[in-house]
Amino acid sequence: MKEVVIIGGGAAGLAAAIACYDAGLKDILVIERSQFLGGILNQCIHNGFGLHTFKEELTGPEYASRFIKEVERREIKALTSSMVIDLEPHRVTYVNSTEGVNTIETKAIILAMGCRERPRGALNIPGFRPAGIFSAGTAQRLMNIEGYLVGKRVVILGSGDIGLIMARRMTLEGAKVLAVAELMPYSGGLKRNIVQCLDDFNIPLLLSHTVVNIEGKERVEAVTIAKVDSSRKPIKGTEKRFECDTLLLSVGLLPENELSKKAGLTLSPVTGGPIVDNSFSAGDGIFACGNVLHVHDLVDYVSEEAALAGSQAAKYVKEGFKEKEYIKVSTGFGVRYTVPQYIQKGCEDVMLRFRVTDIFKGSSIVISSKGNVLKKIKRQVMSPGEMESVKLNFKADEDILVEVVNE
Amino acid sequence: MIYDSIVIGGGVVGASIARYLSLYDISVALLEKNSDLCTGTSKANSGIAHAGYDPIPGTLKAKLNVRGNQLLRELAPQLGIDLKNNMAMVLSFNRDDELKMLYERGLKNGVSGMRIISHDEVLALEPNINSEVTAALLLTTSCIVCPFSLTYAMGENAEANGAKLLMEQEVIDIKKCDNYFIIKTKCDEFKALTVINAAGVFADKINDMVAPHTFDIKVKSGEYVLLDRSEGGLVNSTIFQLPTKEGKGVLVTPTYHNNILVGPDSVLRDDRNDNATYADGLEKVMESAKKSVSNINYRSIITSFAGLRASTASGDFIINEPVDGFFNAAGIDSPGLTSAPAIGEYISDIVSKHLGRKKKANPILNREAIARPSVLNRDERNALIQKDPRYGNIICRCEEISEGEIVEAIKRGGTTLDGVKRRVRAGMGRCQGGFCSVKVLELIARECGCRMEDVRKNEKGSEVIL
Repeated sequence: MKEVVIIGGGAAGLAAAIACYDAGLKDILVIERSQFLGGILNQCIHNGFGLHTFKEELTGPEYASRFIKEVERREIKALTSSMVIDLEPHRVTYVNSTEGVNTIETKAIILAMGCRERPRGALNIPGFRPAGIFSAGTAQRLMNIEGYLVGKRVVILGSGDIGLIMARRMTLEGAKVLAVAELMPYSGGLKRNIVQCLDDFNIPLLLSHTVVNIEGKERVEAVTIAKVDSSRKPIKGTEKRFECDTLLLSVGLLPENELSKKAGLTLSPVTGGPIVDNSFSAGDGIFACGNVLHVHDLVDYVSEEAALAGSQAAKYVKEGFKEKEYIKVSTGFGVRYTVPQYIQKGCEDVMLRFRVTDIFKGSSIVISSKGNVLKKIKRQVMSPGEMESVKLNFKADEDILVEVVNE
Repeated sequence: MIYDSIVIGGGVVGASIARYLSLYDISVALLEKNSDLCTGTSKANSGIAHAGYDPIPGTLKAKLNVRGNQLLRELAPQLGIDLKNNMAMVLSFNRDDELKMLYERGLKNGVSGMRIISHDEVLALEPNINSEVTAALLLTTSCIVCPFSLTYAMGENAEANGAKLLMEQEVIDIKKCDNYFIIKTKCDEFKALTVINAAGVFADKINDMVAPHTFDIKVKSGEYVLLDRSEGGLVNSTIFQLPTKEGKGVLVTPTYHNNILVGPDSVLRDDRNDNATYADGLEKVMESAKKSVSNINYRSIITSFAGLRASTASGDFIINEPVDGFFNAAGIDSPGLTSAPAIGEYISDIVSKHLGRKKKANPILNREAIARPSVLNRDERNALIQKDPRYGNIICRCEEISEGEIVEAIKRGGTTLDGVKRRVRAGMGRCQGGFCSVKVLELIARECGCRMEDVRKNEKGSEVIL
């Protein structure tokens, strides 16, 4: 019987493992499906990681290696090239080449499987299905790990961060990025990425635009982009045709929770991740952190959240399950979701993370309970592309409501 | 050498014909213009082994559909074809008289296992059906079949019996000389005593190379959307609406691998290569399917695609011998997939008589499918991994496909991303190859001894890395 099994050896899993160890657990197992620890960080060779955690600008592999070293220093056991194929509370089944299929019992489980990219099919983009259509992350892997430039004339659909990063990366490698089209009237990525990856290279960002046709039987030959109306339907007559050989898609990330479903967890229809309390518990000794829980903008927040989840899982292992009372966190105007969705009654200093539904300028985040305002924070700008964090520096005794209030 | 028979076209019909011919003392070559079998009509269809209630009695379609359904169910275990007898129902919404007519038509066609069921029975079997349904025709012989697995099973079994399957051999001319034919392709020339035209949407062009022009192929596109396996169980049987003059209408069906498939429409296309999807078409398909099942979760769509069918004015299959020794298997639109083995059986019977040949004394009647560890029980799976550790290394996480399966797919001729995908489903799941395509590229390059830059998605010009 293990004390804790952590599924996923990326940013979240590594930080959770370290925190479990530091909280006193010794029998820890990290299971990672790829050959190496570090997860998607390994292919993110741009800088900007670790500004909050280390007060330094690191690349993805550098950021990951700091955590991997800490894991190794603590001699935490990690199984790589091993894939978890079934999950129940306290039982993890995985497969690899050396052991075959194996089931292990564990006191606690931490889910840290990350997310995947939304594929073309999920968007129902009409047209042909030639080579040259990549999700931005796939192109990033081919570029940064394998060393191949996937195309020379590129159109990008979606302004998610990976797409923005790849616009710059491919430009630096000699490709011509013709345009980034974004369905929404605002970008889905970080402001700093718009500036550093598009503006600095004169790559146009076409807001409220989408791809309406893909040409080319064998390889992409052209992509047609059109403006969309307020219901996001293409407007006839606004089509622009771009001759190109590659279409990158950066149209959203989806928490990868097929295993969570097998374990019987309830998923939030908004985040796509498990519903958790402020100890990151989803119930039955299962904890969740990182992008499997909700998609983050900065890895620093993933590490912070995962460390908390790890220490709470350790506490659960040592102290056992304790019946608790909860208060509910509801979302009001302008707030898409919050994590956690529940708070243990009486807890203080809970960090609430969430995303807003639209661009808000000069608005406030208001947290209230039964109409009494408990906290009000004014923000110059809030955008759906950036995660909001608010520390609840009060004791949570009754259900609270989080909303955006325009002045 | 002069082949006894050359089959033109490597779709499910061509592969089935080659397979049945190869059971005789007949030397067979199959010429396919693309780089793999199953790249045209056969790769994009509903994947149904239809019961046979729809074709007009007395037609070839009616006869070969019913026989094909029977053959498919017999062949599936022998040839490792992914086939499941999931039954089907045709729904009626206050048009019960038409349902009765279909039932009688089915009886005339020799369909067994049909009965008309009431509103209550429909909903007991399929609780997600639109509750306004008044009755349905239940078809217990209807099956779902993976069209790729069927085509490759036929092709591999034909090969095992000595047939040659030759890829990238686009036929450009056929000449009849004395008692044999000269078949010119873009890069080679072949001779054969008999030629069987199974060229799908190009069958009229092939016919016209050597025989009088007697038919035109019109290409009809059918668009589909495919839903994530998480929606599996929405319906368990194949759900049809009452047919119209446009065809069998939009169906909602589970696939053999537990996705939900919705489609097709039927739209004439001028360009025989136009298998693009169109926004309005997809929209109509999705809207129309709601009549059968109102709560389809279209947020779970993982891909959409279109397939082209070869239709002719007569509406029936064209199976004839317009020139002595030259046979057509043309106009094979729905239920072509179901009928394919029956077409193979039928044509091989005629061709063997024409050639005066008998069945092989000991033909190979079984084919081993590629091992699929994820569906084995734990002991079997572990035994397989112990024997070959590559079966424990998961490459495609969404469909849980191992390195061992992919390597085997490459060995069996799947040397492109799509070729691997069609054989073992790597890249067929919810991330649509986002994670595994890079690894599959590497495996193809490794196994074929080529550079990554040479690996293609499918045909020449579709190299993944520019």
